[in-house]
Amino acid sequence: MVNFGGARMIEIGTTLPEKVFYIDRALLKAYADASGDQNPIHQDEAFAVSVGLPNVISHGMLTMALAGKYVSDWAGGSAHVHEFSARFIKPVIVPAGEKTDLTVVATVTEVDGNTVKLDITATSAGVKVLGMAKAVVVK
Amino acid sequence: MINPDSVGRTFKGVEHVTVTQEQIDSFAAVIGETNTEVAPPTFSIRISLSQYESILTQPEIGVDWTRLVHGDQKFEIFRPIVAGDVFTCSATIETLRVAAGNEIISVRSDLHNGSELVVTAWSTLVVRG
Repeated sequence: MVNFGGARMIEIGTTLPEKVFYIDRALLKAYADASGDQNPIHQDEAFAVSVGLPNVISHGMLTMALAGKYVSDWAGGSAHVHEFSARFIKPVIVPAGEKTDLTVVATVTEVDGNTVKLDITATSAGVKVLGMAKAVVVK
Repeated sequence: MINPDSVGRTFKGVEHVTVTQEQIDSFAAVIGETNTEVAPPTFSIRISLSQYESILTQPEIGVDWTRLVHGDQKFEIFRPIVAGDVFTCSATIETLRVAAGNEIISVRSDLHNGSELVVTAWSTLVVRG
């Protein structure tokens, strides 16, 4: 157990508070513009269906960016995130006119001084969308 | 097919990429990050993916970008990216394998600001057969 000089104590096995993000088509357009990834599977429903997808899907890297925001918030800001990894195992499906949830939670797996390792779970509509999602933060 | 001779080789990116505050602000806005003194942890993908596209689609490597799916991603961030960073980006093809008719390529991207290594990113890219 580590005391960071305040009330906060961090132990292995601690589950951090869950956070729900919402993804809609407008957010996909904003991410496409901010990231430069203009692949039409993330914006054009007819195109997405034509290549065998059920509907428009989120950029995997948008899903990961939102999970990164969750980690940053807990760690005390973006500058505290030193390692971050994830596997894209299922698409986040974003139908027109709807907001799709991305529900993120994490568990502390290691504590070494101020360095904390987290296992992250991200689901959308109850389906796990990121696999092996891990972060190393320095508090 | 991807040229198997490219495995183990490091390819230099073609240009210097300058990070602007506007780029950080727009990326941060999408995820609801209000502190934009430094870039969010996944910001560097903006640089790496476009560099991968220009490097990996060269005829001597031969990745078909239209068939590409992102399999996984890892970042090691040695210090946060800030506006004014000027990056050179290299791509090293670490492994190439074929599974179920798909080509699976692991690429490492090193972002240097001058001689300083700022971010190393690993991407697994799947070229659907």
